[in-house]
Amino acid sequence: MEALATPLFRMVGISKRYGGVNALTDASLAVEAGHIHAILGENGAGKSTLIKIIAGVIAADSGRMMLDEREVTFASPAQASRAGIACVFQELSLIPDLTVADNIFIGDPPRRFGLINRRAQRRMADAVLARAGAADIHPMAQVRDLPLSRRQLVEIAKALARNPRILILDEATSALTQGDVTKVFDVLKRLRKEGLALLYISHRMQEIAELADICTVFRNGRNVATYEAGTKSDNEVVELMIGREYRHVFPPKPAPIPAERVPVLEVTGLSWSDRLRDISFSVRAGEVVGLGGLDGQGQRELLLALFGVLRGVTGELRIDGNKVAVAGPGDAKAPQIGMALIPEDRKTEGLMLPMSVRDNLSFAALQRISRAGMIDFAAERRLIAEMISLLAIRSSSNDEPVSALSGGNQQKVVIAKWLMVTPRIILLNDPTRGIDVGTKQELYGLLRRLAESGVAIVFYSTDYDELINCCNRVLVLFDGSVIRELEGDGITDRALVASALSIGANDAAKTGGAS
Amino acid sequence: MKDWRFLIREQRGTLIAMALFVVMFTIYVTNHPAGFTLNVVTTASNKGVLLAFVAMAQTLVVVTAGIDLSLGMIFVLTNCLASWLVAGSPLETAFGVVAVLAAGLACGMVNGLIVIYGRLQPIVTTIATGAIYFGIALLLRPVPGGEVNQDLADALTGKLFDRVPASLVALLAVVLLIWIPFRRSLTGRAAYATGSSEAAAYMSGVPIRRARFVAYSLAGLLAGIGGLFLTFFTYSGEASAANGNTYTLYSIAAVVLGGVSLFGGVGSAIGAIFGAFVFRTIGDLLFVFDLEPLWQPLFQGMVLLLAVCLGAFRLLQIRNRLDYFG
Repeated sequence: MEALATPLFRMVGISKRYGGVNALTDASLAVEAGHIHAILGENGAGKSTLIKIIAGVIAADSGRMMLDEREVTFASPAQASRAGIACVFQELSLIPDLTVADNIFIGDPPRRFGLINRRAQRRMADAVLARAGAADIHPMAQVRDLPLSRRQLVEIAKALARNPRILILDEATSALTQGDVTKVFDVLKRLRKEGLALLYISHRMQEIAELADICTVFRNGRNVATYEAGTKSDNEVVELMIGREYRHVFPPKPAPIPAERVPVLEVTGLSWSDRLRDISFSVRAGEVVGLGGLDGQGQRELLLALFGVLRGVTGELRIDGNKVAVAGPGDAKAPQIGMALIPEDRKTEGLMLPMSVRDNLSFAALQRISRAGMIDFAAERRLIAEMISLLAIRSSSNDEPVSALSGGNQQKVVIAKWLMVTPRIILLNDPTRGIDVGTKQELYGLLRRLAESGVAIVFYSTDYDELINCCNRVLVLFDGSVIRELEGDGITDRALVASALSIGANDAAKTGGAS
Repeated sequence: MKDWRFLIREQRGTLIAMALFVVMFTIYVTNHPAGFTLNVVTTASNKGVLLAFVAMAQTLVVVTAGIDLSLGMIFVLTNCLASWLVAGSPLETAFGVVAVLAAGLACGMVNGLIVIYGRLQPIVTTIATGAIYFGIALLLRPVPGGEVNQDLADALTGKLFDRVPASLVALLAVVLLIWIPFRRSLTGRAAYATGSSEAAAYMSGVPIRRARFVAYSLAGLLAGIGGLFLTFFTYSGEASAANGNTYTLYSIAAVVLGGVSLFGGVGSAIGAIFGAFVFRTIGDLLFVFDLEPLWQPLFQGMVLLLAVCLGAFRLLQIRNRLDYFG
């Protein structure tokens, strides 16, 4: 036990119940100034609840919180913010219709005679964006127009603008590109030196290894261990988190696909706007083709283009050798094409949150289970039961709103919903973002089983480990073009990083142009 | 430096409404027998400001992603009240003006309290309160009548220094005293934030309730100013349900024409004012082209539909179909 310095912030005996579920049970935590404190745990371990309590979003059922050894209670995020606690949430808290500068100073804009001084605000926004390592973002741009990774940096700048004493980062780097992550880390290290207390929640072990001074592991709503960073191996930590024997996360690597097998999906010369440039590739039955590269290089757009969501796409798409035109998701999922897209943002594009698990599961497949426009409830029930057991979806009832499920289970519902249309081609857009280790492992296994049953898979992931371990081939995108194709044992960390940074891209472009 | 580009993008709706008005008004005055004279402008201004006030009021509520269907009735109620109170000696008149504006503000506050603290839907709430306000107006003026301080009325509907329409100056004063401070205050920004994304606003520690309450309250006040001016134009009060409903619906039309998004978070009262002027100018155009006034609703409907279609042109440029829903 270490209790040398007086902690800046302490919480003792915190409990919180949602309905019948204990989200937190007698949890405690002490945060010191000048330290980065990592919080680890699977989704559903209570981390989010803990943070929401600290940030004043929800109130604990019992327990005490002390700031500077004085007991505090926060009835709202505004109160916590005034006490010096700023939070960068996983679900971004930016206002889409306001400008970057307006957003950064939303809580306390610079004022003159009681009115907002937009010029001063503009100046201060420049400064704070630079401090957050995001000087390239224009303070007058509308947040609506920024890509996700930029928004996340704005979110960090916004937290910094409040000059907090305690800064909480909840999966704050999940949408950032590698270069941005490095910048943000430098910022965080500087803040630590300045004497801030930082609470850092992440699923990425390397990040925690690089940043954290102290780690606390949560499991099932309790803090199970607190230790100095670097004193436990990754394996030990993961074991603490999941509380079970830690097996290798990934299934064995896939066997090479026989070259003579014909492709299910063939793409030739696909271009869209200035975001996708002349992309050609093919996917054979049973093959998992990964999309790599830095975030925001056109991977998401490529998947949307294949799924018929984008307008003005040029190039050719062949399914089983037949040329097809996909005018939208409705076309894409029809049996003659048989495509499914697991979207990036399950909360907006994947699920109808207030509706039941049952309704969500059957949405995509309604045509298949209806006769003359009427839903065949018996068929629906049968198919849903099958999916729930196939994916091991944990919910107390099928009539429960899907919003009540944990993040991992929600993602399973999204996947199950698309498996119900028995697709032959599955497009996945970073499906494991913000999901706990256990669910990830199940998803990797599922991917492998689907591939083995002959489904062609296109898999975009921001996690290089996933690309290395799940894919037969990986296409690395840079600025809307495929700059490199890696295959089999050639898919390595080094190769992925080097090609993602476009090292040797010129050579690739030259060879591409000559052929 | 491309700051101005971002500014134009932010103010696009307002600028389009302004441009549309300039074009229509130019057509109007060039075809008017008297041409571009102070009298013509004053008459146009007097016709336009009433809807402009109610449209400003509607803007405040609409940016918070709400809607206020009682504004036309507040307009009528304050008109009836003014026909009793805004008369007599200068002191009595002054008291009357304050009382009428306070009544408008109070109506807005009631709407705000019910919508925010009662957590009721704005549409249903304001239909109900609108009916109540109209009921009170009927009790005040079962039959049209009353009077108003004529000196004040003539001063505010005539010309100031024989140079500018007084009603236009009054509108400008209201913009400077109410809209600009609101737009540039923390509360105003909170109102936009609430309309754009209420959850994100809450998570940012923005005073959501205060913002919405202030928006509904000021909307009541602005509708009250409109009602006061109606009294100055008509010298009397009338509890006319048709008038109230017309102004409610036209204020929504003006707001849309002015580039204010009914989804909330986007737009400006300046745009709504020009939207109101555009809507009014349609009638004037029919007049100079010798068309029957009977055609007016038809043309107004067509212009509104056209304006909405123009707004939808943006959708043609959309290259990612997901943006239709965002």
